[in-house]
Amino acid sequence: MSKPIIIRGGRVIDPRNRVDGVRDVRLEDGKVAAVSERPLPLEGAEEVQGGGLWVTPGFIDLHVHLREPGEEGKETILSGTRAAVAGGFTAVAAMPNTRPVNDSALVTRLVRQRAAEANLARVYPVGAISKGLNGEEMAELGALRDAGCVAVTDDGRPVMSASLMRRVLVYTAPLGLPVMVHEEDLTLSAGGALTEGPRATRLGLLPIPRSAEVVMVARDLVLLEEVGGRLHVAHLSCAASVALVREAKRRGLRVTAEAAPHHFTLTDEAVEGWNTHAKMNPPLRHPEDVAAVREGLADGTIDAIATDHAPHGVMDKQVPYAEAANGVIGLETALPLTLELVRAGVLGPVRAVELLTAGPAATFGLPGGHLAPGAPADVTLVDPGAEWTVEAARFQSKSRNTPYEGRKVVGRVVRTVVGGRTVWPLEERR
Amino acid sequence: MNPFSPRNLLSTEGMSRHDIELLFGRARLHARGLRAGTPLRSLAGRVVANLFFENSTRTRLSFERAAKALGADVLNFNAATSSVSKGESLVDTVRNVEALGANIIVLRHPASGAAHLVSGKVRCSVVNAGDGTHAHPSQALLDAYTLHERWGTLEGKTVAIVGDVLHSRVARSNLYCLTTLGARVVVAGPPTLVPVGLEGLGAKVLPSIDAALEEADAVMMLRVQLERQKESMFPTPAEYARAFGLTLGRARGLKPDAVVMHPGPVNRGVELAPEVADGPANVILEQVANGVAVRMAILESCG
Repeated sequence: MSKPIIIRGGRVIDPRNRVDGVRDVRLEDGKVAAVSERPLPLEGAEEVQGGGLWVTPGFIDLHVHLREPGEEGKETILSGTRAAVAGGFTAVAAMPNTRPVNDSALVTRLVRQRAAEANLARVYPVGAISKGLNGEEMAELGALRDAGCVAVTDDGRPVMSASLMRRVLVYTAPLGLPVMVHEEDLTLSAGGALTEGPRATRLGLLPIPRSAEVVMVARDLVLLEEVGGRLHVAHLSCAASVALVREAKRRGLRVTAEAAPHHFTLTDEAVEGWNTHAKMNPPLRHPEDVAAVREGLADGTIDAIATDHAPHGVMDKQVPYAEAANGVIGLETALPLTLELVRAGVLGPVRAVELLTAGPAATFGLPGGHLAPGAPADVTLVDPGAEWTVEAARFQSKSRNTPYEGRKVVGRVVRTVVGGRTVWPLEERR
Repeated sequence: MNPFSPRNLLSTEGMSRHDIELLFGRARLHARGLRAGTPLRSLAGRVVANLFFENSTRTRLSFERAAKALGADVLNFNAATSSVSKGESLVDTVRNVEALGANIIVLRHPASGAAHLVSGKVRCSVVNAGDGTHAHPSQALLDAYTLHERWGTLEGKTVAIVGDVLHSRVARSNLYCLTTLGARVVVAGPPTLVPVGLEGLGAKVLPSIDAALEEADAVMMLRVQLERQKESMFPTPAEYARAFGLTLGRARGLKPDAVVMHPGPVNRGVELAPEVADGPANVILEQVANGVAVRMAILESCG
């Protein structure tokens, strides 16, 4: 057990417990021991000065590709969780589209074991919906849950078969497993490379209509209403999808949704010059979509900010746009990009923190995400005014595929604590 | 970035009228030289590499003829028999070709933006000979040159571009080139093949081919990509011919001295009725002949 820590005099923002004020926080035995408006006695603890900093629950990212097993050249569980804690994330949900696919308890156990060896952020495996992501046969969903998967998804691919989707919702309902969906009708997006619009036309990129996402969101909400279960919509990116989820929530459906920082900070303008670092799926959209995603984050339609951290190597990106791999890294830029919404007046600081903490925790039913006594001692310290410039070469991630290179941002993670142990800055740098 | 820097020709978007007219002046000179059998050998000792990652006969032959007429050494590269099929990346391939001594790379590639990517990775000149559905600047320049030589100016003229604009790099490049030279461009085609946002690029989209033809001083019929027919963008070639083809009846309704253009190869009986393809109004072979002179001017300006 590491030495107790007292974080003194920081602005504690703990949305779930409705705390926003200067407090002392004591972490001991891997738990939050006390949060107090009065100074806490040191009593042998390590003292951390929190003056001028935000003290928040550790961030939780529901959507991360750690690439291990199978594509360790792009990322490993070690490098990916280093990137996580550097970005203030104390827990990440690991997507199953590895090689082999995480469609079995064996792979789930491997991921958990590697995460334990890395001993940085908590890693929650997400299992596959279908065997080998084939979109046809259900994976062993019960075994995946029992091995520790917190949700299931075929992420990267949609569940094109409405019939399979319906059966999975029926089957997982009693298991309490959220079904996370990448919403894309492949017959509509087929061959496309960029959201339909004037820019796609000018750049000669075949168009992806927004309906490719929206019709699948609509379909799955219809299925959810009919058979029950828990639906989680990944990377919501279109105005019409946000409206559908808002309406479904109003009617009481058990649906949650996440949005990625690139979908609330960038439009398809970032693709100019066939910039493959701005290629991801769903693709970048138009200003009205960005505005709708922002509104959804503010009004509670969207429950969580999730990065869809998707590392790729140079050879996947230094190719013509249509041939380039989809995906951007996101763990180490999520905080300042979220804070851009605070500075723009879209989100208050408390809502912004909620979208990184209590929101994602509740979405997948994870421990953490708040700082009441007894909660896991997962804490992120943020300097909300620190200015820096994005330089991917300095990132902990093995990959460099960010569309934000050179962007001047504000807000930096100064310390990340997991289970009462400081994991960022890394030990060798302290 | 200037798409028509002294080094590269990547797109007609952003080219100035002055750039284009300068190029036309050189093309006129080369055309005279070719006719007289005394082409200017201004690229003697230079190396032009034709890198074609997509099938093409006329564009490749036209560039080859142009480069040889200028006295350049020509390297021809066929993607099907190269190490591309062994997994070599585009960037590695062009760097190797540059290392072989190429001064100008003429690139045809199935992906939009390929020429832009390559131009950032090599020091030699890059001429875009067609990238995906993005641009085909040499075709647009030779089309505009053909009209310019007939009319003396494009100012005040209306050019109709008809057909599959969605998949057409020729249409996009022509749109910029023609409007820069003062022409008005109207577009018509099957609604499934007219992409959104063309108005923002300077075209007027008309609801029918007949509306477009009525105003046209020149008609550019785009090639129907029959290989895309499995995507069912329109019902059948026969229905296409009836609804969007330049039939003999429609050709008779054109302005008396309107010209008919086509980037080739023609699907006779689909976008062009055979009688029209062989008719007096068409300048298709004139386009091909002018192509050599215009490409000489392009290569020379890059070399």
